[in-house]
Amino acid sequence: MLKQIGRDFEPEGAIVSVSDAKYPLPFARELEFNAPAHGNWNIVHIGMLIPEAHEIYVGSDNCMRGVVMTAAEMNALDRYSTVMLEEEDLLDGNLEDVTIEGVADVIRKLPYRPRCVQVYLVCLHHFLGSDTDRIFGELEALFPDIDFARCWMDPIMQKTGLTPEQKDRKAILDPVQPLPVNHRSVNVIGGDLPMHRENDIAKVLSAGDFTVRQLPTNRTYDEFLAMGESFLNLCYYPSGDYAVRMMNKRLGRDYLYLPSDYDDEAICRNLKELTAQLNMKDIDPTPWMEERDRALQRALSAVGKMPVTIDYMSTPRPLSLARALRKKGFQVQRVYLDAITPEEEADLRWLQKNAPDMELASTMNVKMRVMPRGTEPVLAIGPKAAWFGGTSHFVNMIENGGSWGFGSLTFIAEEMIRGVREEKDTRDVVPRKGLGCACCL
Amino acid sequence: MRRAYRILPVYSGDVSGAAAALFELGGMTVMHDPSGCNSTYNTHDETRWYDQDSLIFITGLTDQDAILGDDERLIHDIEKACEELHPNFVALVNSPIPYLNGTDFEAISSIIEKNTGIPVFYIPTNGCHDYVFGAGGALRMLAERMTDRNAGPDHTGRINLLGCTPLDFPADGEVAALKDWIRAEGFSAGSCWAMGDSLESLKDAGRADVNLVVSAVGLPAAKWLRENFGTPYVAGLPLPGYEKELCSALRRAMETGENQIPYLDRPADGQEETVFIGDPVCMGTMAAVKARQGSRTRVICPVEAGPELVGVQDAMTRGEEDVEREIANAAEIVADPLYRHICPAGVRFTPEIHFAFSGRIFRKQLVNRFQHDARGE
Repeated sequence: MLKQIGRDFEPEGAIVSVSDAKYPLPFARELEFNAPAHGNWNIVHIGMLIPEAHEIYVGSDNCMRGVVMTAAEMNALDRYSTVMLEEEDLLDGNLEDVTIEGVADVIRKLPYRPRCVQVYLVCLHHFLGSDTDRIFGELEALFPDIDFARCWMDPIMQKTGLTPEQKDRKAILDPVQPLPVNHRSVNVIGGDLPMHRENDIAKVLSAGDFTVRQLPTNRTYDEFLAMGESFLNLCYYPSGDYAVRMMNKRLGRDYLYLPSDYDDEAICRNLKELTAQLNMKDIDPTPWMEERDRALQRALSAVGKMPVTIDYMSTPRPLSLARALRKKGFQVQRVYLDAITPEEEADLRWLQKNAPDMELASTMNVKMRVMPRGTEPVLAIGPKAAWFGGTSHFVNMIENGGSWGFGSLTFIAEEMIRGVREEKDTRDVVPRKGLGCACCL
Repeated sequence: MRRAYRILPVYSGDVSGAAAALFELGGMTVMHDPSGCNSTYNTHDETRWYDQDSLIFITGLTDQDAILGDDERLIHDIEKACEELHPNFVALVNSPIPYLNGTDFEAISSIIEKNTGIPVFYIPTNGCHDYVFGAGGALRMLAERMTDRNAGPDHTGRINLLGCTPLDFPADGEVAALKDWIRAEGFSAGSCWAMGDSLESLKDAGRADVNLVVSAVGLPAAKWLRENFGTPYVAGLPLPGYEKELCSALRRAMETGENQIPYLDRPADGQEETVFIGDPVCMGTMAAVKARQGSRTRVICPVEAGPELVGVQDAMTRGEEDVEREIANAAEIVADPLYRHICPAGVRFTPEIHFAFSGRIFRKQLVNRFQHDARGE
């Protein structure tokens, strides 16, 4: 039963007209609300992308609860362990010994020998000045047959540096070592989902008959290590770019970052760059563009004048998507985000000029806890937009669903049609974590 | 090693406990934390977040705030939110880094209270304790700060329920069923700490003749109410088969003014041992019912409960290894289904879902334990 506080709250500070939105932070950073929509992947999900690996988190009770329950909900408790820090550990400041002894104890108790162990240290290790080289040096000496990945769960650093997610994406790639180069093998990495059939990069790689290696499709640790043979590391997901750049620097291979975009010119430019890198002839994208246009036309007929909302969880380019849909006649009413990335600045400027009635809404501002939800029918793209809109008509998607390029809009258009025609159980669906992972709920 | 958990999860933490205890009272709970505490709480430790608005936020603490000691931003942000949202009170909740650097929450509370005119108090969590510590501390602080000190027992057979949060009572209708049982036994239902009642009704807690502690979370508030209003407490649950004993204990407490924990008095004979793992009030009550059937019973308390809630034949444990040792010779184990992972082979296992342990994993299988037909009885 929905029970809202029921007072009238002014949206000022929580929702702004796009024409008034400041770049890159349209909303003040104050107390933060967390909406009950959790489809995105966290560091536990990301870490599980290494087959035959075991995650060990070292932290205090409250910090451990969220990660262990993530593992439990994805039926992966047998690949997860905890070393619990206690109050006295904080006061004694001897986290190195506790960490080494705890991790070693867990490994000895495991009923199997993991090929790789990801050890997650926390904010406390930074603040108590823990010697991480000593921690990992001793663990590597104790267990020379195991690769140790140095991972972090240190959200206190995320607003002034890399996020734990970015560090995690890097750390899980660290065990990959250079192998003899295979010029027919390409790594597509950095994101969480395998490439969708409506991913133009996948189509190009398939046309070129390349062996494609992706983290979510590796079945064994050896397959994971075989990524060391690829001549090209390609990333299209912004949060993964740091990790791929670091891996590339280490392996000394070719590197390509092709960010998602919904602008025709940008997609064509990226495709040209891709084919050049692969030593392939240019691809004529006209059929893909035509298919996209037909799909969007069908979607527009289905959606009609129904307001559309988009969240940042569904796509790393919510403003680019809003721009593309507005151009095609969709009534994109609101985008939910808390910051605007440099990649999106041009889209913001376009929307300010061409769609000044559109709104940006924060997902974290305290007023978003109490603003009315479900006051009018909307089609939401993304789980957060669905919750804030109080709608059962939505596209349940994160990270573009693994799609990219012209195919991405074809895919999203088809999902919008389904979203309008079919109602989803929002209460059941959007609180689930890690869309695309196993889930026991 | 005590700190190593090979496969078991940890119980809900103290921060989640504090937030859960205060959820329905119209206050604003602020977790001084970078990220994660609120997400963990509302995802795994709270059944009401999706449907019911409650003002629970994090401060988004950064490394710079922590290193430079920028409490001004914290104070400003809370005062601004108070101005916008008009909470009944503000509760400040601590996490590991502010605990480590000695943030003075008492002083911050005083400043905000003075500037806003809204009651502000600090729940001394630090992220290193479990939900019993956090929720228990929150209810105790609520009693200290928000109850009417002039109220006294009104001798109408009034009973407060202490220790109700979804972490121990997640199934729909359980709290209403507890109140119905109180009324059906001829008592009067006082306030419930803290589900299904308003802050206003909690303020009258001193009018009760007895406080019924329904989980370990309720004990700190019960002790405070005893010290300040003289109200005795009884610990136990009216589970099927235990209603009469509990009712007698309530009457005894009213007559004598003495605290009662009737489930501790269990026969220790029987050949096979049944071990109950979890909250000591719930598991103690279940053990007492089982003991009457001729079984030897023992309660393993893996949470930070007051020791008075645990009997001499029982055990308080810390960590997975401790629990494994305590259950090694059990013939039957009654515990949350996730404990199956460490049970000895061949042991009989009876699942008893504990939301504070397995979170929402078994939520769809929850039943109201205070209805006789819920267990096919």
